[in-house]
Amino acid sequence: MAGSGVAHLRPEAEQVLAVEELVVQFPAKGGHTVHAVSGISFDVLDGETLGILGESGCGKSSAGRALMQLPPPTSGSVRLGDDELTGLTAQTVRERRARMQMIFQDPVSSLNPRRKVKDLVAEGPRIWGKEATREQIEAVLRAVGLDPAVVWERRPHELSGGQCQRLCIARALMLDPQVLICDEPVSSLDVSVQAQILNLLEDTKKRYGLSMVFIAHDLAVVKNISDRIMIMYLGKVCEVLPAASLAEHAMHPYTRLLLESVPEVTASEAATGGEQQRAGGELPSPLNPPSGCRFRTRCPLVTEECAAVEPQLREVGEGHYLACHNSGPGASPAA
Amino acid sequence: MSSSSAALQERSGAARETPVLVVDDLRTQIHTPHGDVQAVDGISFTLGRGETLGVVGESGSGKSVLGRTIMGLYTTGPTMTVTGRVLIAGKDVHALSASELRELWGGDVGMVFQDPMTALNPVKKVGVHLTESLRKRRGMNRPQAKARAAELLALVGIPEPRRRLDQYPHELSGGMRQRVVIAMALANEPALLIADEPTTALDVTVQRQILDLLARLQDELGMAIMLISHNLGVVAGRADRVAVMYAGRVVETADAAALFDAPHHPYTEALLEAIPRLHQPPHVRLAAIDGAPPNMVAPPVGCRFAPRCRYAQPDCTEAPPSLDPAMANGVVTPGHSFACYHPVNAGGQ
Repeated sequence: MAGSGVAHLRPEAEQVLAVEELVVQFPAKGGHTVHAVSGISFDVLDGETLGILGESGCGKSSAGRALMQLPPPTSGSVRLGDDELTGLTAQTVRERRARMQMIFQDPVSSLNPRRKVKDLVAEGPRIWGKEATREQIEAVLRAVGLDPAVVWERRPHELSGGQCQRLCIARALMLDPQVLICDEPVSSLDVSVQAQILNLLEDTKKRYGLSMVFIAHDLAVVKNISDRIMIMYLGKVCEVLPAASLAEHAMHPYTRLLLESVPEVTASEAATGGEQQRAGGELPSPLNPPSGCRFRTRCPLVTEECAAVEPQLREVGEGHYLACHNSGPGASPAA
Repeated sequence: MSSSSAALQERSGAARETPVLVVDDLRTQIHTPHGDVQAVDGISFTLGRGETLGVVGESGSGKSVLGRTIMGLYTTGPTMTVTGRVLIAGKDVHALSASELRELWGGDVGMVFQDPMTALNPVKKVGVHLTESLRKRRGMNRPQAKARAAELLALVGIPEPRRRLDQYPHELSGGMRQRVVIAMALANEPALLIADEPTTALDVTVQRQILDLLARLQDELGMAIMLISHNLGVVAGRADRVAVMYAGRVVETADAAALFDAPHHPYTEALLEAIPRLHQPPHVRLAAIDGAPPNMVAPPVGCRFAPRCRYAQPDCTEAPPSLDPAMANGVVTPGHSFACYHPVNAGGQ
C-alpha cells in the first residue's frame, strides 16, 4: 500500500504499542466500500506521545478506535506490549485492552447521566471484580484536579464540560493503563479550559508513566502535547516527524497546506490580514480514493508519477519520514 | 479586511459619517426558571461600510446573543427583555413590525450561522433556498431568479452552479453548504453581514477558503461584517477592530493589531497566553485561566473577571470598571478602550 510504508517504525523491543498495515473499511450502500484507513503503520514508545493530525475524514478517529478494537480493524495487526489484540475472542480482547484506555471528544455524552461521580470512577475496577476503596477514588479525583468533597455525589449534568473531561481522565486512570488514547479530547472545550486539560494530560502522563496517542485536528494543540507527529490524509500517512520540527521542517505539500491555513494570532498577521494563498480544493470521496498518491488531486506539485505509483515513507532527516515523490531531498524535480 | 492603518483611519472616519450599524447601550435579559440572566449587558459600538468588527469570547460570554439581538431575532417578549437601540442602515430594528423585519432580513442585513446543515432546509433543493427571496423581494420570474441564483453560487466559488441548483443540501460537503448559506445571505447585497462562527464546523483548509471568500466579497460589495468567533486566530487575521467579551460585557476593544500586540485587559492577555502557538516548542506549559466563567444569574459585583484575575485588588470587587479609552503618554489611543482598574501593558498609566 502506498502513502504508507514501515520505514519509520522503531525496534520491537522499544515499542509499547505497535500497529502494522492497519486497514479499516466500512460497507456502504450499493456494494461500495468506505476506505477509512488504508494500510497505515505506527508505533509508540514508553512515555512517548504520538500525535495523529488530520482533517475530518482522514481516518484518524477510525484508526484510534481500531486500536481499541471498536470495531476490530478489517486487517492488520495491533500489538500492545507482547500481546496481539486482533483476531481474538471478545472476552480475550476485553482482558488485554484494559491496559489501554480511551478518552473521547464529547465528555458529557461519554458519561452515564444517571450515575454519580463516585460510581462513575469506581465502575472500571468493579467490572473486573475489584472494589475500589474510597481513598483510591479520592486520590484519583484529586490527581485530575477535582475536589472529592464537592463532586462526590454529583451527576454529569451538574459538572461543566471541562470537569466532565477531568472525570473521564480519572475513570481511565483507575484501570492503571499503559497507553491512553485521546480522540479530540479538547476540541469541544473553550480555550481557557483547553489549556487546563492539556496541562493536566501532560502532568498525568509523567505521574503515571503513560504513553499516549493524541488524535486531533488542531496543529498547535497537537504540536504542544506530542513528541512525534503523524499526518494523515484520506486513510494514508503523509509524513511522520518530531513535533519540534512541525512548523519549520515539514515537507509534505499537504502538511504545508495545513500549516499555511492555520490562522495564527500574531501582531504581524493582524496587520497584514494574512498572506493570500492558493485555494486548497476539496477532499475526494473515500468511496473511490484517487490512485497513487491520494493527495494528488489537490497537490500543487503533482506529476504523472503520482497517479501511477503510491509514494512510500522514506527517511529525510532525523526521525523525519516523508511519503511524497516531489518534495524533500532527492525528489524528482517537479514539472 | 486587509488594509494598512492609514486605510483603517479613513474607514473609521467614514464610519462616523454614515455608520451601517449603530448599537447603543444594548441589553438583553433572558428570563430563566433560575432567575434573570443579563446575557448582553450594556454594549455600544458603530460599524462603518467595508469595516469588519471581530467579536471574541468564550462560550457563555454573550457574543451570539449579541448577534441575534442586533438582527432582531431576539426581541422583548415573555422569555426576554431587550433595551437599548440598534440602527441598521438607519432603521431602528427593535421598532420594526414583523413584516418590516422580514424585509430587513436578507435585505439590508444577512446572517451566516455556525451550522450550515441546520441553516438549510433538508427537503428543499439548493436552488429553492436562493430563488425564494429573489422572487419575493426582487419580483423576478422563475428563469430570472434561477439565472441570478446560479450567478450567486459562482460568486461564492461553487463549481458547476447550474447542476448544484438541483441538488439537495445533503449532497454537498460542509464547506459547499456554508458557501450556499453565504450566497443566501448575499442574495440582496446586504449592507451588513453578521457571521456567527461561520467556520467553526469546518476543517482548517476549508476555513481558510471561506474566510478568503468573505474578504473578497467584502472588497467587491463594500459590506460591513460582524465576525463572531471563539477563535482568536480567525479574528486576528480578518478583523479591522476586535471587541473582547466576557460575561455579557465588552472588556476591551481596539484595532486588531494593537489588541493582539499589547492587550490592556488581563482577560485578553490571559486568553492570548492560553492558546498553544505553532512557533513554540512542544511541551510548553500553557498559562491556563483558573476557575470558570461566573454564574450569570448572580454575577460578581464589580469586575466580573476579578474572581479569576491574577492582578485583582480589593477595589475590583466594589464597582464595575467602565469601558474607558486607553492612554499612552497622556494621549488617548484612538479606538482602544478597556474596562479595568489595573491594566497590563499600559505603561504605568
